[in-house]
Amino acid sequence: MSDLHKELEVQIAKYCEGQIWPVAEEHDEKGIFKKELYQGLGNLGLCGMTLPSQFGGAELNYTDLCFVLGVIARYSVSYAVTLSVSTMVQSILEEYGTEEQKAKYLPPLTSGREIGAFSLSESHSGSDAANLKTTAKKTDDGFVLNGSKMWVTSGGVAQTYIVMARTGDETAKGISAFIVEDGMEGFSYGKKEKKMGWRSSPTRELIFNNCLVPEENLLAVEGMGFNIAMSALNKGRITIGAIGVGLAESALNHAASYALEREQFGKAIFNFQGLQFMIADCATEVEASRYLVQKAAENYDNNIADVKLAAMAKLKATDTAMKVTTDAVQILGGVGYTAEYPVERFMRDAKVLQIVEGTNQIQRLVIGREIKKELS
Amino acid sequence: MWFFTEEQKALQKVCRDFATKEIAPHAEKHDNDETFNIEAFKKMGELGLLGITADPEYGGAGLGATEATIVMEEFGKACAGLTLSYLAHSMLCVNNISTNASEEQKAKWLPKLCTGEHIGCMGMSEPGYGSDAVGMQTKAVLKGDHYEITGNKMWITNAQYADVIYLYARTGENKKDLSTFILDKNTEGYSVSKEIHKMGMRGSPTGELSFDKAKVPVSGRVGEEGDSISHMMKNLDLERITISGISLGIAQACLDQCIKYVGERKQFGKNLANFQMIQKMVSEMDAETAMMRHFLYSTCREYDLGVQDAAQAARVKLQLPKMVTKIALDAIQIHGGYGYSREFPLERYMRDNKLMEIGAGTNEVMIMIIAKNILNEALGK
Repeated sequence: MSDLHKELEVQIAKYCEGQIWPVAEEHDEKGIFKKELYQGLGNLGLCGMTLPSQFGGAELNYTDLCFVLGVIARYSVSYAVTLSVSTMVQSILEEYGTEEQKAKYLPPLTSGREIGAFSLSESHSGSDAANLKTTAKKTDDGFVLNGSKMWVTSGGVAQTYIVMARTGDETAKGISAFIVEDGMEGFSYGKKEKKMGWRSSPTRELIFNNCLVPEENLLAVEGMGFNIAMSALNKGRITIGAIGVGLAESALNHAASYALEREQFGKAIFNFQGLQFMIADCATEVEASRYLVQKAAENYDNNIADVKLAAMAKLKATDTAMKVTTDAVQILGGVGYTAEYPVERFMRDAKVLQIVEGTNQIQRLVIGREIKKELS
Repeated sequence: MWFFTEEQKALQKVCRDFATKEIAPHAEKHDNDETFNIEAFKKMGELGLLGITADPEYGGAGLGATEATIVMEEFGKACAGLTLSYLAHSMLCVNNISTNASEEQKAKWLPKLCTGEHIGCMGMSEPGYGSDAVGMQTKAVLKGDHYEITGNKMWITNAQYADVIYLYARTGENKKDLSTFILDKNTEGYSVSKEIHKMGMRGSPTGELSFDKAKVPVSGRVGEEGDSISHMMKNLDLERITISGISLGIAQACLDQCIKYVGERKQFGKNLANFQMIQKMVSEMDAETAMMRHFLYSTCREYDLGVQDAAQAARVKLQLPKMVTKIALDAIQIHGGYGYSREFPLERYMRDNKLMEIGAGTNEVMIMIIAKNILNEALGK
């Protein structure tokens, strides 16, 4: 581990243990997100890690971001995800935005004063994202958006939304990306999802009813939306993998520590082979996932486009998070099932990692496609 | 099942109709609010289900493992939480009394438990003694004509609602010196000390029982001092078999919901049902559910024919809950974002079923039981 990572780990652990951990269970139960807690991460310089310093970023790389997300996820997947998505939005703005757009939207996001959200899915287009129906009609005053978007992470608490809408034909090339601000006329929030996990991270529907978005809020050019979304998701996959690793690692630590303390039949349950092997398998899966995610992030930092490895990292790390958190509940037994211990929350938080940023079925499609390409 | 009698098929239909009408519509609310559907529970008494295995002389239905499992499956499909409470009442409390108590005790406790006027629970696990339940520390000390019971019982289903407590406590120094008691909630020195908040089975109340020199008359002791192990042996197999019916119900509910969804949901211009990856998940779910159904009901049939086989009950209790957690996770996955949201019941199925791998003996305890049975000879060498 580099000195930077050691230092970051200490600082983040201190902040999360002091501020986030004590309220995590209650906020999970009640579905509460606290802007101040997110801002606290911003105060540590974590909310715009990969952005240039001229916009308030820390000029660090993707490997560093993944490391940080993993550490936060040990305490709260909800805040890790908020940070991950907001950072993704910033990367999109940085890569495709004009100087004006960057100067306007990036500084509040890098500081953590504001949150960014990304909106692609709709009720009928999840995995089949290119089939979205929300329209953006060009007029003299700008683009008029109509339609609704589903499952928007940070919906309602974010100020800056990257929204994909259709400006052209029914193919992927007919999709454009827009910057939509909270409070724009005709833009409102629909129902807040009640979810199994990620309960401190609000997920909400966005509704556009003749929402006029000025032309200067178009990102890049018309028809670029789907490309922008896909390149963002390629990166997003790696960060979701990193969150999976942090979550799995944390579940494993809780389970192994508990197994060492808890006695049944006169000895620590850790000493029963059945549990010890379960713990050994989990630890092995966690390490394998960690290296895969690290490698995918490193490739990204070195400009090596490796879609296959990014998909593998997401697939493996999130499957690992599901398995390890499930086993952790099993190891803690009755108390693991109660809200007094965090592992049942970890298990609920893990499941959606297998669904977001491309379901794990989609990751397998991507991996298969890449293998086919290599061999033909 | 091919061997169900006409009566069993009729029971299945009654339970299915009742579950559809009285249980399923309220399941989501009780899960969300962590409340108990006591109205539906009481109505189970009117249907004659609350003492399903108890002697008709005392208001029971006098039926067996097959019938009890049919109820668990049908109710489990609609709301596993409420079904767990039904199980704690009808199996852990009523059936235990029915199997082990004296005629006098049965006459005293069973009639009201069978109608639903009283709700029952059982106290075995303790904070420090879960899998190692026999190591329990709650003590019962004989003081003339009564016992003074002191200690805590943990993870007790129905605790907050129970009128009748079927209880195990230590009466001697040797590990197996355990005795069984029946007491009512007004017993001096007895209280429910804590409500427990859970990941799933939230429609089933769970609490901790406290005994502070609780005064139980000698007439409240079941059998003789030291009889608890033999009492447990007579009941545990039935409990493990019937509780597995809840997992089977959850599996069937997952399968039904997935079949419906993949026929409706379109992505990339076609129904999800057309994708091989989806076909694999749904087909495996179907094959596993069919296998579990045959395995479970065949075991019920053997049990009802008088076959005593602890290893078989443990096999059922190990395999069904474990397979159904996987099934429920896949069911969420097939539904994607919808599966993760509380608008659909899939995530509740998963949260509920996870308990099945922990309650009534963890998977790990089932492994110990099977090993003890099949490796008995090898372990002696």
